[in-house]
Amino acid sequence: MEASYRVSVGGRYTRHLALAGALVVALLVALPAFAARSLIEDLIFVFYMLALAQYWNLLAGYAGLISVGQQAFVGLGGYLLFALAIMAGLDPLVAIVLAGVIAGLLALPTAFVVFRLRGAYFAIGTWVVAEVYRLVLAQWKQLGGGTGTSLPPEITNTVSSIEGVKALFDVRTSVARDMILYWAALALAAGTVAAVYLILRSRHGLALAAIRDSEPAAASAGVDNFRTKLSVYVATAAGTGMVGALIYLQKARISPDSAFAVLDWTAYVILIVVIGGIGTIEGPIIGVLVFYLLQSYLASFGTWYLILLGALAIVIMLFAPKGIWGYVSERFGLVLFPIRRRLVRPGDAP
Amino acid sequence: MTAWLDALLQGIMLGGLYALFAAGLSLIFGIMRLVNLAHGDLIVLAAFVVLVVTTALGLDPFLAALLAAPLLFAFGYALQFILLNRTLGRDILPPLLVTFGLSIIVQNGLLEAFSADSRRLRAGSIETESLSLGGGLAVGVMPLLTLASAVLAILALNFLFYRTSLGRAFRATSDDPETAQLMGIDNKRIFALAMGVAMTVVAVAALYLGMRANFDPTIGPARLIYAFEAVIIGGLGSLWGTLAGGIIIGLAQTIGARIDPEWQILAGHVAFLIVLVLRPRGLFPRAVD
Amino acid sequence: MLETRGLTAFYGDFQALYGIDAALAQGETVAIIGANGAGKSTFLKAVTGLLPSPPGAVRLDGAPIGGLAPARITRLGISLVPEGRRLFPSLSVEENLLIGGYGRAPGGYWNLERVYALFPALAERRRAPGPSLSGGQQQMAAIGRALMANPRILLCDEISLGLAPIVIRDIYNAVPAIKAQGTSILLVEQDIVQAMAVADRVYCFQEGRVSLAGRPSELTREQIHAAYFGA
Repeated sequence: MEASYRVSVGGRYTRHLALAGALVVALLVALPAFAARSLIEDLIFVFYMLALAQYWNLLAGYAGLISVGQQAFVGLGGYLLFALAIMAGLDPLVAIVLAGVIAGLLALPTAFVVFRLRGAYFAIGTWVVAEVYRLVLAQWKQLGGGTGTSLPPEITNTVSSIEGVKALFDVRTSVARDMILYWAALALAAGTVAAVYLILRSRHGLALAAIRDSEPAAASAGVDNFRTKLSVYVATAAGTGMVGALIYLQKARISPDSAFAVLDWTAYVILIVVIGGIGTIEGPIIGVLVFYLLQSYLASFGTWYLILLGALAIVIMLFAPKGIWGYVSERFGLVLFPIRRRLVRPGDAP
Repeated sequence: MTAWLDALLQGIMLGGLYALFAAGLSLIFGIMRLVNLAHGDLIVLAAFVVLVVTTALGLDPFLAALLAAPLLFAFGYALQFILLNRTLGRDILPPLLVTFGLSIIVQNGLLEAFSADSRRLRAGSIETESLSLGGGLAVGVMPLLTLASAVLAILALNFLFYRTSLGRAFRATSDDPETAQLMGIDNKRIFALAMGVAMTVVAVAALYLGMRANFDPTIGPARLIYAFEAVIIGGLGSLWGTLAGGIIIGLAQTIGARIDPEWQILAGHVAFLIVLVLRPRGLFPRAVD
Repeated sequence: MLETRGLTAFYGDFQALYGIDAALAQGETVAIIGANGAGKSTFLKAVTGLLPSPPGAVRLDGAPIGGLAPARITRLGISLVPEGRRLFPSLSVEENLLIGGYGRAPGGYWNLERVYALFPALAERRRAPGPSLSGGQQQMAAIGRALMANPRILLCDEISLGLAPIVIRDIYNAVPAIKAQGTSILLVEQDIVQAMAVADRVYCFQEGRVSLAGRPSELTREQIHAAYFGA
């Protein structure tokens, strides 16, 4: 009897890498027990930028939808958190999830508008939409209008399980809150990486790769381009919304200009993805670490730092478009998150 | 009633300014399918160049702009030839990111060189003069000049495109860059020339921007958005459409402001979104894409 | 005048030409025949610089032109009538002809009036947009466009493709007038009869190699058949 061919996803060391990944995550979970507070705060930043980068990468590197308007969902997530926590009295952690869901729902009419545009015009269209959200939310007087508002202590001091953490680690309220936010951010970041990995391993990932390479070819192979792209756009919006909610829970203060800032939530995110390596899962991880270093050491140089970042973006696009991970991966054949399909013949090693 | 008519007139004049912003963007996209995210910042850069010329040589802004125009033409040529030509190709990410990076560099470079202070191009008494149209209506001379310049610029560009050998080369390259090479057209130089022409239009836009209101290094992105909206509303490939698009944005903004000053900019965006939903290809699409 | 030696060409990893040796002398008309995919159009693209070629593989008057940009090669006097005509859709017929003269050296026999004299159908439709013409008229326009550059060498890529026999005949009737100006012509053709009727010499390509070369009068049907389809 003939054994059959099968398609296998995964590389030679998948089990080992998965174990290593689990160990890293376990270490990170335990970190607040013995790390300095400043490190915890820095890591919160790293985690949420990583999550934002993974989402942007999924949208641009895989679905081919290059958006310079994702700050719309960061801002929406932030404002939804404030609204749900302050006006609806919801527990902030629950509000984060709900903010994500609502942001995802709002992405539907948004997509209805922006999907009418293609390519670079799609990009600017997403920016316009973000501006519209900003201007509309600036009219919301209850949340501070144009100048914004802060989260009252009754809310920030009563995040769920904060009492439990205080008792367990014997720390002040503010430290306990940071720890909870840290775990929430870690959950978001790790969850995002896992979710992206699983999506790309699935049929949807194959469809995305096909769309990215050639839409007509993908369509002729039976891929519903529109539905696939829409799903990715909505999922990314929901995820970005959750991250936005977390960011503003941590900052505890929101304003339209901050929540919808192109620099913080789009320019930096795109730079992270491009430096690390677009179209790969490993890329944004590397990119966020590089960006964190740059930010820590050079941000004090103000405008010159930004000029450097702009120049970096140009240089990378022209001379190393695949980013650091792209170069490393090609040179050494490394893959940490295997998603390539291989045809396994009967008799081959699995 | 007069208030509304006045808003109408103001809106049309403002549309002229937006059409000037948009014409350069439309041209570049038409010829090389490049959307320059730094377009607004380049307008601001041009305004600063004109400012420097007025201060250094003590000239009035119109003459300064005349002197600045060839400089800006050369800048555009060099920018395209040295940098932007390398980004052209099938992939849309490189031109997007490179022009995005360029936008950040220009904004922050201007901040370093000129600080965040607001500036203005002073044209003297002409700034406040107005023409009476009877019935209590009047138009400012400056806005009228802006609209007239926009119309002239579009006439000149159309003449260039449809009546000259260079314009033929632009259109051929836009249609089919590979076959254009077979005609002896050097794509790299054609694109650089096109960017030079676009920067010359940008110089005119910058002149009127600077005379109309205060400007500072950070206002670039908003100009890009208005320009982009005008191009999309008008329809790709049509410069008169771009003028119409600019006027629609201008009208939406002034009428919106009349209802509630805080709604001015939002009204423009809403008008854009409405047109986008109802007529995705714009009002007067021409280009075969 | 124009010669290739050991010319190879690739589309990515796929090799389309395996060392072509061919020559075109001054005033000659040479035809290249062969089945689909034999590499005929690829050969023309390599000559005009649209595809990269090995250094020294393509020579014009003895000088290598392989590394030059297509625009440069056109200005050296080689004009291509591309496969599928490829008129510029935004340009009218007359503008298409005029753009052909963009890279021209001043002087030369061909100008608008003379091209219209050669193809009167074009004169009637001079202001019409390129795509509105019939296939045959488009082909005439494409040839006229190439002539406007007053080339020393005219390369024609499958000018009979998709056209009715009577139209093909009309187009080929223009060839003598072009030859009369001393222009050398390199014709890539699937229509063997027409090609052999006008050509001084013929090459047959088969799967990226020259399978047959000679004068039409000296070649037998069997030879051509074997060279075309492969033994």
